[in-house]
Amino acid sequence: MNEENIIEIKNLNKWYGDFHVLKDINLNIKKGEILVICGPSGSGKSTVTRCMNYLETFQEGSINIDGTELTDDVKKIKQVRSEVAMVFQHFELFPHLTILDNLILAPTHVHHQPRHEAIDTAMKYLERVNIADQADKYPNQLSGGQKQRVAIARALCANPKIMLFDEPTSALDPEMISEVLDVMMELATEDKTMICVTHEMGFARKVADRVIFMADGQIVEENTPEEFFHNPQSDRLKLFLEQILDH
Amino acid sequence: MAVYDLKPTREAPSNLRGPIKWVLENLLSTPLNVALTFLGIAFLFWVIPPFIQWAIIDANFVGTTKADCTGDGACWVFIHQKLTLFIYGFYPQDDYWRINSAVGLAFVFGAIFKYFGRSFITKILIFSLYPIVAYFLISGGYFGLETVPTDKWGGLSLTLIIASVGIVMAFPLGVVLAFGRASDLPIIRNISVVYIEFIRGVPLISILFMASVILPLFFPEGVSFNKLLRALIGITLFQAAYVAEIIRGGLQAIPKGQYEAADSLGLSYWQKMLLVILPQALKVAIPNLVGASIALFKDTSLVLIIGLFDLLAMVHLTGSDASWMGFDTEGYVFVTLIFWIFCFSLSKYGKYLEDRFNTNNR
Amino acid sequence: MNLLNNQKFRGIFFQLLTVIGLVAFLWYITTNMFHNIEQRGITTGFDFFGQIAGFGISESPIPYSDQTSTYFDAFKVGIINTLIVSGVGIFFASILGVIIGVARLSKNYIVSKLSLGYIEFFRNIPILLQILFWYNVVLAALPKPRQSIQLASDMFLNNRGLFVPKPIMEAGFTFVIIAFVLAIFVSIFLVKWANKRFEETGKESFLLPWIVLIIVGLPLGVYFLSGSPLHFDYPALKGFNFRGGMSYSPEFLALTFALSIYTATYIAEAIRSGIEAIPKGQKEAAASLGLSSYQSLKLVILPQAIRIAIPPIINQYLNLTKNSSLATAIGYPELVTVFAGTCLNQTGQAIEIILVTMLVYLTISLTISFVLNIINKKMEIKGR
Repeated sequence: MNEENIIEIKNLNKWYGDFHVLKDINLNIKKGEILVICGPSGSGKSTVTRCMNYLETFQEGSINIDGTELTDDVKKIKQVRSEVAMVFQHFELFPHLTILDNLILAPTHVHHQPRHEAIDTAMKYLERVNIADQADKYPNQLSGGQKQRVAIARALCANPKIMLFDEPTSALDPEMISEVLDVMMELATEDKTMICVTHEMGFARKVADRVIFMADGQIVEENTPEEFFHNPQSDRLKLFLEQILDH
Repeated sequence: MAVYDLKPTREAPSNLRGPIKWVLENLLSTPLNVALTFLGIAFLFWVIPPFIQWAIIDANFVGTTKADCTGDGACWVFIHQKLTLFIYGFYPQDDYWRINSAVGLAFVFGAIFKYFGRSFITKILIFSLYPIVAYFLISGGYFGLETVPTDKWGGLSLTLIIASVGIVMAFPLGVVLAFGRASDLPIIRNISVVYIEFIRGVPLISILFMASVILPLFFPEGVSFNKLLRALIGITLFQAAYVAEIIRGGLQAIPKGQYEAADSLGLSYWQKMLLVILPQALKVAIPNLVGASIALFKDTSLVLIIGLFDLLAMVHLTGSDASWMGFDTEGYVFVTLIFWIFCFSLSKYGKYLEDRFNTNNR
Repeated sequence: MNLLNNQKFRGIFFQLLTVIGLVAFLWYITTNMFHNIEQRGITTGFDFFGQIAGFGISESPIPYSDQTSTYFDAFKVGIINTLIVSGVGIFFASILGVIIGVARLSKNYIVSKLSLGYIEFFRNIPILLQILFWYNVVLAALPKPRQSIQLASDMFLNNRGLFVPKPIMEAGFTFVIIAFVLAIFVSIFLVKWANKRFEETGKESFLLPWIVLIIVGLPLGVYFLSGSPLHFDYPALKGFNFRGGMSYSPEFLALTFALSIYTATYIAEAIRSGIEAIPKGQKEAAASLGLSSYQSLKLVILPQAIRIAIPPIINQYLNLTKNSSLATAIGYPELVTVFAGTCLNQTGQAIEIILVTMLVYLTISLTISFVLNIINKKMEIKGR
């Protein structure tokens, strides 16, 4: 594995039954890189992202995360998941726990941190995403934007090297999108590797190092944000950009 | 930086799909799974072959008397001989056609309802006409048909009569109760709540006892209730409470905005409820209503305890027929089969309705 | 303004009409009722409770004699038997329901389909039929006492019932009971200690074997130390039947089997829908945080699933209790059989008896609903 890369995906192929969902994905992601993946629905962009923390399995190819090869080996999966954190489109906070308990659940039960240490870390991240005053509330008492910020804080509590964002703003009302994007942009200034599946082109332009376009299960085009949006090479990408940038 | 050509779609690797993969994944993936699969298969072998041996291989299907049941297996001759009893009860044999016609008419009316029932009024008319026609057919006394008193009705036909009357009559009463419970008027609401919670808190058998023993006392000497009528009243009153709760659930699913829109259009209370709210509530409530109807169908068997001869009672009764001693197992298996087929089919129909209404709502 | 069109007035008018109608109807049926009762010479009132019943009851957990016990005693026996058979039924139905419900969700195709078969089979057959089947087909096919099936060294099954040894406690047994209670307190203390340890250091403790050891070992140790203060009355075949020991009648067995097996299907379905109602994303979020399958289940899935499953499960407990009234069909002496059956037949006072019977069930229902409401309030997932 190349020293610079933190994720190496080689010849990844996945089938759902007979349906060829991911076709020969080859992708190397450098340490600290901010990568945006976009594409029409059904293109496999979420699927390939979810393969990176083994929420989805694959039949052919290999994924190497920071030196660990992803296989069915439970130990390897656990190792990978301790370095890779994920933020979901529908937040997926645990509704029966307070915000604070949501954040300290994994640190105490998986990483065996003492409770007061976990609470300190959690409050630190809650303050960072500007939501510390809601620590004792329950998820259903928060707005969508607040919930997603909490979800980001929860992901940060594990101190991950890699963060995966699966359409983090797609389920939000328009006025709440910017509060979440602001947090993400602030994270981008650190040395974390971020992989974002998103339609938010403004975010991609400002922050991404590289933008990838996927369609029909394969990577069709990749480029720097500037070139990607102003000089689309493939017809498929041209069509896609027309469709999303038109309104 | 890079553009990629279109890649071909490939077939999934052969060793990773197909029956072998399925077996490996679903049955043998972990040691625990292997053990469970083994136990499961062992259980099936322990239960199924002996049953098939008894029910089919060693069984006697043909014959007329007990002597024809020679083997160790099931004596289906018994069922065959008693079949008309199980289906028609004590109804006179010459008049079986009347019951058969009533069933046939149900389908005819159903078809008319579906294809010709345009307006609400015609639907109600068709719906109400059938029971009247069916009643006169089966009970007789008019149009040259001989009267067949209700104590001769029995078997599967009685079960179907009780179930359908119960389901049909409980519905309007349940709607009224549901509206009552949702009403703003405190007296109406409280009466409905008391009724519903009272009925739901007591077992059906106690309601049947009450209908059977106490109901006649409520009316002057001359008014007589035959046994069947008492049972029907009890079952209807019982089921109405459950239907009311189901409809209440449906009503709660209707957004307040619907009520407000109807009010702002100037609709009266009954217009609002019957034209706007109820149709929507029913759509939501249909799966549960089917479930309640299945429960009612099963509960008709309780009339055995108050002396009516439904399907279960008939089988139970013929088990003690002297010329056919010792074959009640066959009887119970038969009854189990009949009930199971009816209830299972109804539940599949309910699922079908649920799916249909779900796609409507999307 | 026209009074009739005033909404408020209409409401009051309508209610007044309903009340008048209801009162008129009640007056009508009550006058008829009293008239009819007089005509038939039936006595009214609740005095009969004090009269001697004069009939025997086949199984009674409290002392009851056909010579001296009153109708009120019979009433008590009926209630207690109802509670016993319901309690036992609820216990077994819950265990069976959990097993079948979890099996239904298993990834193993055979296990999942077998439990589906169980549920679809027993759910679509009337409970009365199942009771009659167990009683008339299965239990009637059991051998006579002389040829009993021997289940264990002193447990016998035959067509008169199930016979097991009866434990008789001697003087020293109170120490064993004290030891048991003590063991429970120690366990609670241990759990609290482990939780504290987890909060402070993040270390988890594997307590289960210790707790089992204490709850079983401590009383057992005391038992032997105090000279085994328990002896058994063994069932022994004398003549044509068994004497001694404890026995469970075929009626009781048939009722418990049928009620448990039938209610378990509904409990299994409640558990399954509880777990399936949890969005897939919750499992994924838990997994992506690094929680193991066991931890996800314990900390994320089950807490939410239980909240959904508890109300329908408690509702099923209520149904089971009401279904126990079907014991009338096979003669198990619970409330309906004894009171609304035999007592009613003897005294003829149908109205009082049926009303009282309904009130008993109503009380049980309302109590259970009340408890359920408290549980629900406590477990509510707080939202807007």
